[in-house]
Amino acid sequence: MTGLFSEVFLSALLFGAVTAAIPLLLAGLGEQMSEKAGVLNIGIEGMMLAGAYLGFVGAFYSGSLWLGFLTGAAGGVAVALIMALLCVCIGLNQIVIGIALTLGLEGLTALLHHFQFSRSYPRLPAAEATVIPLLSDIPVVGPALFKHHLIVYLAVALVFGMGYLYRRTQLGLNLQAAGDKPAALDVAGIDVIRTRTIAVLTTGALAGLGGAYLANVGAGLFIPFITNGAGFLGIVLAMLARGRPVWVLLGALLFGVCLSLTTAMQVAGINIPTDVIQMLPFLAVMIMLVLFGRRASLPAALGIPYERGAR
Amino acid sequence: MSIDTAPTASATALDATSAAATRRDILHRLLMTLGPILIALIIAGCILLAVGVDPLAYYGFVLEKGLFSPLGIQQTLTRMAPLLFLAAGLIVAFRAGMWNLGGDGQFLLGAVTAAASAPVLVQIMPSWLALTFSFFIAMAVAMIWSLVPALLRAYQGVNEIITTLMMTFLGTSLANVLVKLMFRDPSTTVPQTRTLPVEDRLPRLFETTITSGLLLGLAAIIIVHLVMTRTAFGLKLRIVGANPRAAVHSGLGVPGLTVAVFAISAGLAGLAGAVDIIGVQGNVRADWNPAYGLAVIPAVFLARMNGFAAIGFVFLLSVLSIGGESAARRLGVPNHFTLVLVSIVLIVLALAEYVDHRHNQSRKA
Repeated sequence: MTGLFSEVFLSALLFGAVTAAIPLLLAGLGEQMSEKAGVLNIGIEGMMLAGAYLGFVGAFYSGSLWLGFLTGAAGGVAVALIMALLCVCIGLNQIVIGIALTLGLEGLTALLHHFQFSRSYPRLPAAEATVIPLLSDIPVVGPALFKHHLIVYLAVALVFGMGYLYRRTQLGLNLQAAGDKPAALDVAGIDVIRTRTIAVLTTGALAGLGGAYLANVGAGLFIPFITNGAGFLGIVLAMLARGRPVWVLLGALLFGVCLSLTTAMQVAGINIPTDVIQMLPFLAVMIMLVLFGRRASLPAALGIPYERGAR
Repeated sequence: MSIDTAPTASATALDATSAAATRRDILHRLLMTLGPILIALIIAGCILLAVGVDPLAYYGFVLEKGLFSPLGIQQTLTRMAPLLFLAAGLIVAFRAGMWNLGGDGQFLLGAVTAAASAPVLVQIMPSWLALTFSFFIAMAVAMIWSLVPALLRAYQGVNEIITTLMMTFLGTSLANVLVKLMFRDPSTTVPQTRTLPVEDRLPRLFETTITSGLLLGLAAIIIVHLVMTRTAFGLKLRIVGANPRAAVHSGLGVPGLTVAVFAISAGLAGLAGAVDIIGVQGNVRADWNPAYGLAVIPAVFLARMNGFAAIGFVFLLSVLSIGGESAARRLGVPNHFTLVLVSIVLIVLALAEYVDHRHNQSRKA
């Protein structure tokens, strides 16, 4: 039991938490953007899977992790393009298409993996960490937080970038309006469809990147269904965060700690079934909802396709 | 807050089916369903060609195994039973404007409690009574499980999409914990519940392998359809779904109705789990999650929350999944292709409905 609180163990636990949190963070930030603009993006799990598969394939054949991230993001955008066409441009039901896309990409990525690698699961070399000088020398926290792949720091920086975007830029205001009162935005002379399309495509890029991180850095390989609900967690995070990117980060870290705890407990040989530990993050959020669950301030037009002149 | 679940089109579709369902309408519907499916099969066929599998051979197997072989059609009809219960539960929730996305958690908890209770109960009472009890236990557990999201939505206004999604993750894990720790069959090394003997399961229909759960499922969805369209209770729920504020103003007890909707919806999902266990599987293995709930959601939407149309879509889903499973085995395609097929069918059907809707509108204008 004393091994549980050793410096090395705690450091590994925190490191694992950050690694597990990054895909959730990216997915959550992406979903948040869609939701702000009034699109409930249930297909995010599918976008992450496309990103994970294409990201892995890209990195595997090119040998470059960065190229992998690029192909991963592109994969997410490709799926988002279908979503944007069907749900934003012609206004099909977002839940039907979102679930259909998720199911389809679960199948498609598993299928492609089967025909490409058969039953083998080739691994990528371990991702190279960027060590931040000085900060990484802090005991426990240092090696856990400041020895990650560069993209981790970029993802965290993105949180603040998004916060700035939402509060201080015209595009941020447009996004907000597209979700709250699309008709007003239209009257102001700004194309609602285009604003929402931008939001959905950005979501695709972020989710794809999250998937690519999951496969390339987190696991180092691609296995079918690798996201295992991470996309749905992203939806939950975005809804809990109510439009504030920093809350997505905090939520992602909470989930990350719990996910990392699952593996850490196993390594430490503590005999609690993993299923029990897997319940922790969800339990935590449910308790939070029970205690502080006041009216969630979701955008007024969330989930409703915009049609010019209707109503 | 709630999201508009009932598009205006559903009202007109409802009138069309209940009031004046002329032969031309039915023919038109049939065409609008079969046409898109054909297109979807062509698109999916292109994917098969791309990975080097003969699409015609694949579809041949799907049709033969899912529809035309005696054994296949029996499996297809058997698979329909849990899907029908799930669809019935979703119809109640969606018509009342509430998103119950927690179907899979409710399904699994229902399945596990039925699997735990049935083998014990059959030893102390006649099997029909034991199975009835198991059904009730499964339903009650799923209902209780839905209480948290229901109460939060009813009295705190917490968005039920978040809570039901959370509860479904919790439920899946809890079901696993129950199988592995509490209800584990000590006589096997595999983590699974005790197996209900075949002779104690739901009786089979006539001389076939079709479970009588199919009849229960059909009864459930038809009753739900009639309750939602023909009774005062159904009307109340539809008003809540169409406009919650108006419902409050017209004096409806919205919080109470909300809890009722969740209880009915989850109870039916729990029954879906029970019918799959008591009728077909006989036990629950650890980490078993067929995720039927997720696939049924789009089908219910495409059926415009109409019970009879939902039966058709559930049948289609069963044919594709049973046929796809055996076609995959024969041709060395991974089983996952079924998911791709189902998803393309759903998307093309949704598109076709849009085109049809547009066409109708332009004709009226």
